[in-house]
Order: sequence, then structure tokens, then C-alpha cells
Amino acid sequence: MTEHEQEVVRRQRERARLMAWLLGGFVVLLFLITVAKIGLQS
Amino acid sequence: MSSSVLPSEAASLPADWRDLLALTKPRVMSLVVFTGLCGLLVAPVMPPLVLGFTAILCIALGAGAAGALNQWYEADLDAQMKRTANRPLPAGRMDRQTALHFGVGLGVFSVLLMGLAANWLAAILLAASILFYVLVYTVWLKRRTAQNIVIGGAAGAFPPLIGWVAATGQLAPLPLILFAMIFLWTPPHFWSLSLFVRSDYAAAKVPMLPVTAGLDATRRQIFLYSLPMAAAALAPWPLGLAGVLYGVAAAALSAGFVIMAGLVLVNRATEAANMRPEKRLFGYSVLYLFALFAALVVDRWIGA
Repeated sequence: MTEHEQEVVRRQRERARLMAWLLGGFVVLLFLITVAKIGLQS
Repeated sequence: MSSSVLPSEAASLPADWRDLLALTKPRVMSLVVFTGLCGLLVAPVMPPLVLGFTAILCIALGAGAAGALNQWYEADLDAQMKRTANRPLPAGRMDRQTALHFGVGLGVFSVLLMGLAANWLAAILLAASILFYVLVYTVWLKRRTAQNIVIGGAAGAFPPLIGWVAATGQLAPLPLILFAMIFLWTPPHFWSLSLFVRSDYAAAKVPMLPVTAGLDATRRQIFLYSLPMAAAALAPWPLGLAGVLYGVAAAALSAGFVIMAGLVLVNRATEAANMRPEKRLFGYSVLYLFALFAALVVDRWIGA
């Protein structure tokens, strides 16, 4: 792999890892929003 | 960016996440988040913690989206100014399409999440603030008129209004006064900066007031705007919307602002190096807004 290709892979990995964390956080946030909304209605 | 990768190759690489973050103008976002949070905290109704957190998150993401779209549109302008030449787009570390997709995606996401988590009036106001900043300020006004930041300042005045509406679901006099405070604060804040970076704006052909009307006229306008700004800052106290603690803090802080604007008014320097009063006012103006909103929250929570 050339140096350029190595850099592409490194950045893709870094972004994929970050995106995974953000998606995980979003799922948790949606769950908590749902619980809070149900609490408001009851 | 890795030092081993040449700048010309950088735009062909996937954008570094740090550059995507830089696209959102994190320093501007801090003031936006803070005023939005204060708008939410002074509201008479407190939403559940997670909904309040989500509303502030949406305000931050919306501001980030507006910042990204601003940088997408102004990449050519940013390249001509020292202050902005190292941003991801003019520096060639990112392609414009990535910035556009990122900005639009973030904006749509923030508005939808606000609507689902808080209410749709807050979401509409958030969408309006993003569109106002991007279309009215960036695309329409900035390159055409010296009144760009006077009218465009409305975009930055939205966050406390959005924070309040996210909590209560409706508009009220206090958040409208908070809107007016930031709206009137924006011209003296930006004009004090534009005085000592005037050559940058002139080189980029941006019609900021010091470029089109000269230094003295700008200094006069800064002082004149500081007066209604101070009046708007004090207004919540006599109107019974805030207590004495806020009133005293607002009076002291605003007096400081007007005095500093007066020092700018009498300064005759033409070189940036001799514009200490202008630099001091610019620094103080940021502190002023933080302190004013913090005082409002403290007053609300201690008085409650």
C-alpha cells in the first residue's frame, strides 16, 4: 500500500469508529427521550 | 492531516473528523449554546433533563450546520483573509461537496430531533435561524451591504428564544427582549473587530462598515448602538421580568460596555497596532454577553 492509501484507510477507520460511537449515543438518547416523553404523558 | 501527505493530495482524502469539527466553528458555538441554555434555564417551566439536554444539543448542531454552510459558501472569501485562510476549505484539506453534505445533513438532523424531542415551534425557530444565517446573512447581505451584520445579527439572537420555546412551547416577552439584546449587541461586537482587521475585509472586498464608511463613522456607530443595547439589557428589571440582582449586574456590565465604546469613539488610531480600545471592547463584549446571561439565570434561580 502506498503512503496515500495508508492515510485513506487510517482516516476511514477513525471516522468509522467515531460514527459508531455517535450512532450508539444517538440510540441511547432516543431511548431516554422516549422514556421522558412517556413520563410526561402519564 | 499527516505531515507525510502533501496538501494537494489532502482534498482527495476522506475529510479528517477534526476538520469537520472545525467547520462547525466551535468557538462561536460556545456562545450560542450558552445563550440557548440560559434561555431554557430562565423559562418558568423546566423540561425533563434529557429533553432539555437534547434541545441544547440541537441548538449546538444547528449552529454547527449554519457555520459549515457559511464556510462552504465563503471558501473563496476565507482564502483571502489571514484570519480565516487556514480553515479546512481554503487550506485545501477538504472538498466543498463534503462541507455542503455535512452542513445540510447536520441542519436537517438538528431540526427534526428538536421537533421530536421538544416541540415543533422550537424546531421551526431553529430552522429559521439556520436559514437566516445561511441565506439572508451569508448569501444575500454579507457581500452586498455594510448593514450585513446589523440585519444578519438576528441569526445569532435566536438561541435564547429557541431555548425558552423548547421549554415552554410558546413565545413570551422575556425571550423576545433577550433576542433584542443579542441583536443590538452584534453590531458593536463585530464592528470593533472589523476596525482592527479592516485590511483583511478590504482585501477580500467585504463591505464591512470600516471599509465603506471609514473608521470614525464606525466608531460613532459602535457607541450609538451600545446605548439601545444597554437599554435592552436593563429592560427586564423595570418590566418586572427579572429581579434586583440582575438589574444591578446589567447596569454595571452595561455601564462598562458604554464607557469602553466611548473610549473607542475618542480613539483616532488608524493602525491596528494602536487600536487597543477596539481590541479591549471586542474582548469585553464576549465577556459581557456571558456575564449578562449568567446573571439572569442566577437571578431567576435565587429569586425563585
